[in-house]
Amino acid sequence: MSSALTTPPDAPPSTAPATPRETLIYTIAGLLRGIRHVAVGASSPIPAAGAMLCRALAERDGDPRVRLSILGSVQHNFFTNGSVELFDCAGQGRIDAFFLGGGQIDGRGNVNLVGAGPYPQSKVRWPGSFGSAYLYFTVPRVILFREEHSPRVLVDKVDFISAPGVSEEGVYRTGGPKALLTSMALFDFDPGRPGFRLRSIHPGHDLSEVRAATGFTFQADDSPAVTPPPDAETLALLRGRVLGELSETYPAFADTLRAETAEAGALQKEEALHK
Amino acid sequence: MELNRLAELVPTGACLALPVDYAGVSMAMTLPLIRHGGDDLHLVCVPTGGLQVDMLIGAGKVRLVETSAVSLGEAGGAPCFNRAVRDGAIDLRDATCPAIHAGLLAAQKGAPFTAMRGLIGTDVLANRPDWRVIDNPFGTGGDPVALIPPIVPDVAIFHCPVADRLGNVWIGRRRELAAMAYAAKLTIVTVERISDRPLLETEEMAAGTLPALYVDEIAVAPKGARPYGLWGEYGPDTAELKRYAAAARSTEGFADYMTAIVGEMA
Repeated sequence: MSSALTTPPDAPPSTAPATPRETLIYTIAGLLRGIRHVAVGASSPIPAAGAMLCRALAERDGDPRVRLSILGSVQHNFFTNGSVELFDCAGQGRIDAFFLGGGQIDGRGNVNLVGAGPYPQSKVRWPGSFGSAYLYFTVPRVILFREEHSPRVLVDKVDFISAPGVSEEGVYRTGGPKALLTSMALFDFDPGRPGFRLRSIHPGHDLSEVRAATGFTFQADDSPAVTPPPDAETLALLRGRVLGELSETYPAFADTLRAETAEAGALQKEEALHK
Repeated sequence: MELNRLAELVPTGACLALPVDYAGVSMAMTLPLIRHGGDDLHLVCVPTGGLQVDMLIGAGKVRLVETSAVSLGEAGGAPCFNRAVRDGAIDLRDATCPAIHAGLLAAQKGAPFTAMRGLIGTDVLANRPDWRVIDNPFGTGGDPVALIPPIVPDVAIFHCPVADRLGNVWIGRRRELAAMAYAAKLTIVTVERISDRPLLETEEMAAGTLPALYVDEIAVAPKGARPYGLWGEYGPDTAELKRYAAAARSTEGFADYMTAIVGEMA
């Protein structure tokens, strides 16, 4: 392992325990493991950080190079054929992973980016479907990511299908949802049922809380696993190199992460004093 | 004023194509369009819309929006668009980004449609009676494919860094601007400046040049994309976008904001 990767230019990284957001970033990096090309939409700092950490880990471990396309970024976007190029790439299978959010996500993996209530006169209108109605079909590993874990987001049935979780037999489909990650838990998607299965709950939450906050039914073990936080070495990589890369595209968000880490460090010191 | 004359080239009921916020939005044309352009516009967002689209809707200029999304990006949702949807004040043709590109591509090629993957089983497709689904004629049965008819804008409007005296425009790597111009019947471009040096003179510049063949009108409008940024020239003014987002939450706030920017321009 190269020490140059883990040492930031200025101060050594904090050794405070992982913050909830750092655990999310680490979880995303794990979900991306083994991919060659991941695309990240504009204004998606946590997925971008996860993709950057995945790239750094692959480099550290001598795995094949990970390509990263961040839409709307100059430094991390190599497309020269306009906004159509992402979709052309995806259509050919040149993109392995992508992230989708959603105003609503339901238990069958359907995503709604259009609005709540009857269409077209939505009571609450969201921006629109963007590329989801295409990318959900053509990108093999779509990760559904939404920090808010609540019954208004994770619904039994979406009001509008921007992109369906599964398709009828005979419909051309090389892509679809693989996992759903929120601020509370991580689910795997099973297209056979179709439905979600709880893989792990993030530290500080429990199963009854997850059930109460989820508007759809899902499978779960009686005592689900706890989402593992990053080990010290990975955390140092995240707080050093990855944060530096992230600052180029998402300076404000990188500052927020630094502040959260500092807070966690202060809390750790305080707790040590009281022991 | 030159921009007002160009706005008058957009007739009532026109299909008007406008680019995504980072590609080069001619914000300089927004007020001229509101005051001198036609009404009942059919906007085509390539492939999404932002501030300019929201302002045109807020000003009551728009009958129909064909788009993959409308938002103010980091500054949040598009207030006038969201309000118009809720009130049923505009018609919608919700799309997905590659379908907008597919429609422009069909127009560019003079083809009757472009076939595309995805879409099957979505409510996007279910709400687009102007699209068709056929079984892949090259397949062995089944395999439904969506067909997107040509999008032929009456007018396309965008903003670029530079044009030359021959009417060529430098679009760099923002190829969606070329796609708009290829498809549109009339293309209006505002630029930061005019170069005395022909853009097609060197291979380096020629590769990113939209030839005059596809450009009908050019006007100089310095900082013409503001508060959006222009690639290679200046960044977006996110604080101003947020100020708009907050103001336009009410119709009164929107009206006050627009009155204020008219004052600034006078």
